[in-house]
This record gives sequence, structure tokens and C-alpha cells, in this order.
Amino acid sequence: MRFIFKTEYQQDVKLFPHGGAVFWYSLLIAAMFAAPLVLDEFYIGEITYVLIFTIIGVGLMILTGYTGLVSLGHAAFLGIGAYAEAYLLGQGLPFLITVPISGFIAAAFGVALGVPALRMTGIYLAIATLAFAIIVAEVFARWESVTGGYGGMQVPDITLFGIDIYEDWQFYYICLIVTLIVMFGALNLLRSPTGRALVAIRDSEIAAQSMGVNLAKYKTLSFALSAGITGIAGALFAHKTVFLSPDSFSIVFSIQLLVMVVVGGLGSLHGAVYGAIFIGALPQIISIAKDYLPHAIGEQPSLEAGVFGLILVLFVLFEPLGIYGRWMKIKLFFQLFPLYKKATFKRQKSYMKSERVR
Amino acid sequence: MTYFRVEDLAIHFGGIKAVDGVNFEVEKGEVFSIIGPNGAGKTTIFNLISRIYEPTEGKLVFEDQDITNVPPHQIAKRGIARTFQNIELFEHATVLQNLLLGQHAHRKSNLASELLFLPGVRQQELRFREKIEEVIDFLDLAHYRDSMIMNLPYGVRKVVELARALCTEPKLLLLDEPSSGLNVEETEDMGFWIDDIKKDLGITVLMVEHDMGLVSEVSDKVLALNYGRVLATGTPEEVQRDPEVVKAYLGG
Amino acid sequence: MINGAAVGCIYALVALGFVLIYKATEVVNFAQGDLLMLGAFIAFTLIALMGWSYWIALPVTAVILAAFGWGLDRAVFRRVIGQPQFAIIMVTIGIGIIMRAGVSMVPQWGTETYSIDTPFSNKVVRFGDIVVAQEYLSIIAGTAILCVVLYLFFRRSRLGIAMQAASQNQLAAYYMGIPVKTVFSMIWGISAAVATVAGILLAPVSLIEANMGLIGLKAFPAAVLGGFGSIPGAVVGGLIIGIIEQLSAAYLPDGFKDVAAYIVLLAVLVVRPEGLFGESMRKKV
Repeated sequence: MRFIFKTEYQQDVKLFPHGGAVFWYSLLIAAMFAAPLVLDEFYIGEITYVLIFTIIGVGLMILTGYTGLVSLGHAAFLGIGAYAEAYLLGQGLPFLITVPISGFIAAAFGVALGVPALRMTGIYLAIATLAFAIIVAEVFARWESVTGGYGGMQVPDITLFGIDIYEDWQFYYICLIVTLIVMFGALNLLRSPTGRALVAIRDSEIAAQSMGVNLAKYKTLSFALSAGITGIAGALFAHKTVFLSPDSFSIVFSIQLLVMVVVGGLGSLHGAVYGAIFIGALPQIISIAKDYLPHAIGEQPSLEAGVFGLILVLFVLFEPLGIYGRWMKIKLFFQLFPLYKKATFKRQKSYMKSERVR
Repeated sequence: MTYFRVEDLAIHFGGIKAVDGVNFEVEKGEVFSIIGPNGAGKTTIFNLISRIYEPTEGKLVFEDQDITNVPPHQIAKRGIARTFQNIELFEHATVLQNLLLGQHAHRKSNLASELLFLPGVRQQELRFREKIEEVIDFLDLAHYRDSMIMNLPYGVRKVVELARALCTEPKLLLLDEPSSGLNVEETEDMGFWIDDIKKDLGITVLMVEHDMGLVSEVSDKVLALNYGRVLATGTPEEVQRDPEVVKAYLGG
Repeated sequence: MINGAAVGCIYALVALGFVLIYKATEVVNFAQGDLLMLGAFIAFTLIALMGWSYWIALPVTAVILAAFGWGLDRAVFRRVIGQPQFAIIMVTIGIGIIMRAGVSMVPQWGTETYSIDTPFSNKVVRFGDIVVAQEYLSIIAGTAILCVVLYLFFRRSRLGIAMQAASQNQLAAYYMGIPVKTVFSMIWGISAAVATVAGILLAPVSLIEANMGLIGLKAFPAAVLGGFGSIPGAVVGGLIIGIIEQLSAAYLPDGFKDVAAYIVLLAVLVVRPEGLFGESMRKKV
């Protein structure tokens, strides 16, 4: 068990709580940079997906995990970012400009949804985001002059500093760097007044307001940031999939994204990463497991979806804090060994608290 | 000129007049208590002052400025902070984070500088922290600094909420039933703290309270409310002796 | 117009299922459409594969699904009482995914599409000049009957009143001797049965397939329009959505049919964030 002796306030402001964390995270980043030297192309491609999903996860986490606003329509922002990227590159703009613009366009849509959503709460908000996503998906399918409609849209290749990016490892580095930038920004934001204001809104709007938090401003900001980050991820996603079709951004995908952050662990950036790894790794694990399952089960096309749903249900039932929560418990178990007691994390039994007020 | 003034304040919910033409004045540096039976409209007055409710009629004047139309999130900046009857803390955050939010009204950094965590933001964080440590010392919360709110007992939460309100550096502090849910000892502590807040920090206190012991101990002035109307105003003794007040409480 | 009303009735029935569960437990059941799908598949099995008569298969399926809904509550939802609403919604989403996957794994069902013959198939009724397919009329009639039955149940029967009490104040109802948990399980059962009836009524005009549950997504606008807490609201909401869809298919360019409901929904929520018939809610401090 590590005890941290704090001698100055500066320590609580730092990005990492102690020297050990600095060491491990540096090692992780170094390993990520070295990965293409060691791993073969297939795995680099898979990790690229995980990185893109991590960015989406961070975006969705800011809105749902930190501000407490549930979005059932994040695939729409991803799609807006992806189509914007493909369209702008097609117009001849350079990659370094199109990615941020795609993010901004998605953020603008985030504001457009966020402002009317200010007065909605709970399930009404969730369903409004769902309606938004369905409408956006229909627009992708119908606005043929820009999106190519159901015929789909080819995403142009990237040229960066005069170099054509066509190898997987090159694109991997781009995604890695964007992920690190997004992570750094999100971490900074969360340790600043803005981050605290978002958490405050999540836990008690009324108290946040009376402490001077402008609810309208911060909720809109949260929508904008979340949509913008997701839009940037969408731009990368476009290059990864190479070919865009409206079906890629369906409502089912939105729900998957939400499942990702829930399973990863709501309310922590670690959760976003774990969720992304989960989404990336699950199909691999299932395809490996298929070899060991009886033919009748192993060959079912819907096996993956079923396992996905099952994992979601089991997590909410038994581990509401997600993979990150499980990890914290395992860590504490070893730190306190043999003194760990189960009751440390026991949830209080409670009656349903009505969210309706008469 | 009075420090804080409520003029003809009224709010109607449908046909119910929850607050009906209430007038009172609070002098700078005093502790002013509002008492009354359940449903008398005490908390509603607080909600009107913190602008959560829109008054049907009336005016709120603080430091010679009309605050009746100030948006709710600006109230803290004007120097009015409050606590809540049933505790509205940020449950999934530490005590420290809760208190830091108290400094939110003093935020000067903007989004761009926070994304990069520029030196200005860092210094602001440290400045916030120093202010907060003063409050932590004052209310003796050092032990709980890094605890999650949801793991704290009720009595401590109550103090944390008071601390959070103090962290906004208020000039007028609204306390909604500071002693509810506390045991005798904790209530006594609360009484001392309210006294200290008044004397040491020079903060004016407006409080809604049921515990008459606490009210008479700390209050300079008391207002009794029933059915949204003022029954009596005066020193604690005067109000307690007032026949109307006795009738309202004993139902005689 | 009649077709729109008929489709609207299906939305209304699914929305009714949402509202029943929401009123009682404040859970929005994202698996409602999948209950409908499961009901349709079971009816298909009984009628097409085992040769039962429609009139016997209908109640039997409803009972099977009611038992299923009951069991779902006992096995899963009872464990999450008291958790944030959002967590429970995620569970229902998960259950929906599992049901969809599960159904497509059943050998005789799979990922194919099916249809069933009903006594109403391929028959028409004439009202003067207007010709209406019986299938659509059966949907409207079925919905009307079901609504009356539910109305009487909640107003007149002891159990129905107990359910209302439990939904309004759990703790108080519990203290008054109402077995709240059992009541909740029953509401899940009823709601599943309502979904089944919707599924069976829908079967002749739509196709039976694993993804037919996505009609639940269309029922959301209906429930929200109705204010999510009101049973008549759900029915009116469903009818409005159904008719809007038909009208926009007739008068607006391609593509509007599928999104008209959602555009209306967003517009309504912007103007009235609590739905057309909803009560304004405010947290008390």
C-alpha cells in the first residue's frame, strides 16, 4: 500500500499523483510508440481502432460520465465528423486543417442539439438525442450530392507534409498522437474549474447553480466538447474504414458506444480506455473462442451481439463501476492483502428514489 | 439603508399562496432566523432569494441593488451563498472537489487556457486551494479532505455543505435548517460555528430553523411565518411570547 | 388514413407497454420492441409450425410472454431497484440485444423472415366507396378492446388499484401491505402481454423477423408525445405518430416517412420539454 505524504498544495494539482504513475504512464506511451516495430500489421490495425474508440470514449465520457447527460445518438456526431472529413479532403483542403474543421462542425451540431436539450431531463433528453441521430442518419442517406447517399463515399488518402500516408503504421502514429492530445486536453479540463462544474451539474444541478455555475453555458459546452471530440474521432474513423456508408452510423452503433463507456466505467477517463479495449478485443476473443465451441453455437452470426448484451447486463448488475471499478477493487485487494474485506465496496440497499416530483 | 431587504414577496403555485406578501429587513452582521410550522413557506423564501423560483410579486434588495431579476448563477457572485435542507452535495466527488467548486464564482480562467493548463490556471488552482484551506481549518475538516462524500456520515456532510457555502466567500449566508438530522452535540457545534461565522468572519446569516434552542442561542432577530404570511418579527424572546406564534405552533 | 391509424395503434400498444412499466417502476424498457418480436415468433410457431388456430394461439402466446416478463423482473430487474435510472435503462438495452441474438439462434426461427395467416388475411371491408383491409381493422379493433380492458382493470380491480398505489409511492404502498415487488413483476408481465398482442396484430401487415423489435424505437416518440406517464397519452401519441407517417409518405419527398415522427418529436420537446400531456417536473430542495 502506498501512502502519499502531501507537503504542498501543488501536489493535488499535478497530472499524476506520484512518481510511480509518471514512470508507468511514460512506459506505456513509449511502448505505444514502439509497437509498430514489434507487432505485425493486423494488430497495429486493431490497436488503431482501439485508439479511435478511445477518443470517442473520452468525448462521450465528458457528456455522459462527467456531466450526466445521456446521449443515445453519438454515432451521429461520429458520422458528421467522418463525412465532413471526407468531403473537405475531397475539396482539396489539407489533412491538418480538415480534422479540426470536422471536429468544429460536429461541435456546432452538438450546440444545435445541446441548446434545445437544456430544458430536458433524463429520459426525454436521451430520446431527443436518439431522434436527432435517426434524423442525421437519414440525411446521410438522402443528401446524395455531398454524402453519396446509399451508394457510399470514398474517403481520399491523406497527404501529410508531402508524404502520402498509406501504410497502417503511419496512420497508427497519427491516431496515437491525436489520442494523446485529446487525453491531455481532457485531463487538464477535468482538473480545472470547468471539469468541476460539469461534475457538479451531474451530481446536483441545483447546488451547482447556487454555487455560481451557469447551467446553460456548461451543459452546452459539454455537448460541444463531446460532439467535437467525437467528430475528430469520426475524421480518423473515416480514414480507417476508407469507405463511408450511412449504415455505418446507425442507432445501434450509438447504443454500442454508450455500452462502451458503461462497461469501461462511467466517470473516469480510464473507463473510456478500458471500454475501447473491450470493444476492440471482444470480436477477437469471440473468434478465438469459436474454435472451442460446438459447431451449432460457434457458427451463429449473432453470437457476438448476444455476448455483448450479456456482458452489459452482467456489468450493470454486478459491477456498476465497470472495468475500471473492478480494476480498483483488484488493486486494493492486493494492497491490503490479507485485510481486504468485501464490505468496503458494498452498495447501500435503497428504495427507488423517485425522480418525479409532485 | 438596510443590508438585505425583502419587499412584498409573494409566489403562487396554482391557487396556493406559498409566500404571500412577506416583508423583512436584515441588518449587516446579524443572524436573522425564520421559524414556522412545516409548510409555512420558509424554504420557499430561500428558493426565491437564490432565484430558483420566480416570484409572482415583490422585490429583493441586497446592498442597495435590486437582485429580483439577476439570473440564479449570478447570485453567488453577488455574495449570497446557501445550504440546503436535505443536503445537495456532489456525492461522487471528494470533499476537496466540493469545496473547490465553492470558488467557482471567482473563476477567471477561460476554456482555452484550461485545456492547456497554462500557468495562470495552475496559480488560480493554488489560490483557490489556499482560500479553501482557511475554511477547512475554520470548520475542522482536515481529516476528511480526500474522502468521497458518499462515504461520509450525515453530520459531517452537513458541515461540508456549510464549508462549501463559505468557500464562495459570501457576504450573506443562507442556512436552510442547519441542525436538521444532527444530534444534540453536533447541533451545539453548529451553534458555535454560526456564532463564529458572524463574529470572526463578519458574515450576515439568514437561517431557517426548527430547533428553538439553536434559534434563541444564535439569533439577533427572529421572524415567525405561517401560511406564507409573517406572524411576528423581533428578538427571539419577543417572538416566542407572541400569542399568534404560540397559537400557530400549538394549534390552540 | 385508416392504415396510418392502424400502424399508429401498434405504436400506441408498444408505447402503452413503455408507459405501464415506466409509471410503475420509472424504468424505460428499451426491450419492449423485442418483447413484441418474441411474442410474434412464438405465435408464428404455434400457428404456422404447429397448426394451432389463431384464436387459441393468441391468448396462449400472451400468457407465455406474460410469464416471461414476470420472470425477467424476478431474475433481473428486482436486483437493480434503487440504482440510477440510467443503469436500469442500460440493462433493458442489454436484455433487448440478448433477445434479438437469442431469437436468431433458435433453429426454426433464425434470421429469416416469416409471415402468418390470420382470419383477417386478404379480406376487405367496404364502407361505401372506401375499401379497407381487414388486417388493419383488426389492429384498430384489437387496440380498442385492449385499452378498455386495461382501463377497467386499473380503475376497478383491487389489483389494478394496488398497482397504481405502488407506482405513486413505493414505500407508502409497501407499508400499506401491498406486495410491491410482486406488483412490479405483474406489471412487467402485463406489459409483455400487451407487447405480444401488438406483435400478433402487427404480424399480418409486417413480416416477422428478429429485428422487427426496432419498431420500439418508433414507439418512443409516441410515448414521449403522450408525456410518458399517461396511458391515454400513449394511445393518442401513437395515433398521431402513425397518421403523421402516412401523411408524410403521401405528401412529402422520399425519406420523410421514416423521420417525420422524430422531427415532430424534437419539435414538441423543444417547445414543451415534458411532452404534450406530461406534467412539469421539478426537483424539490
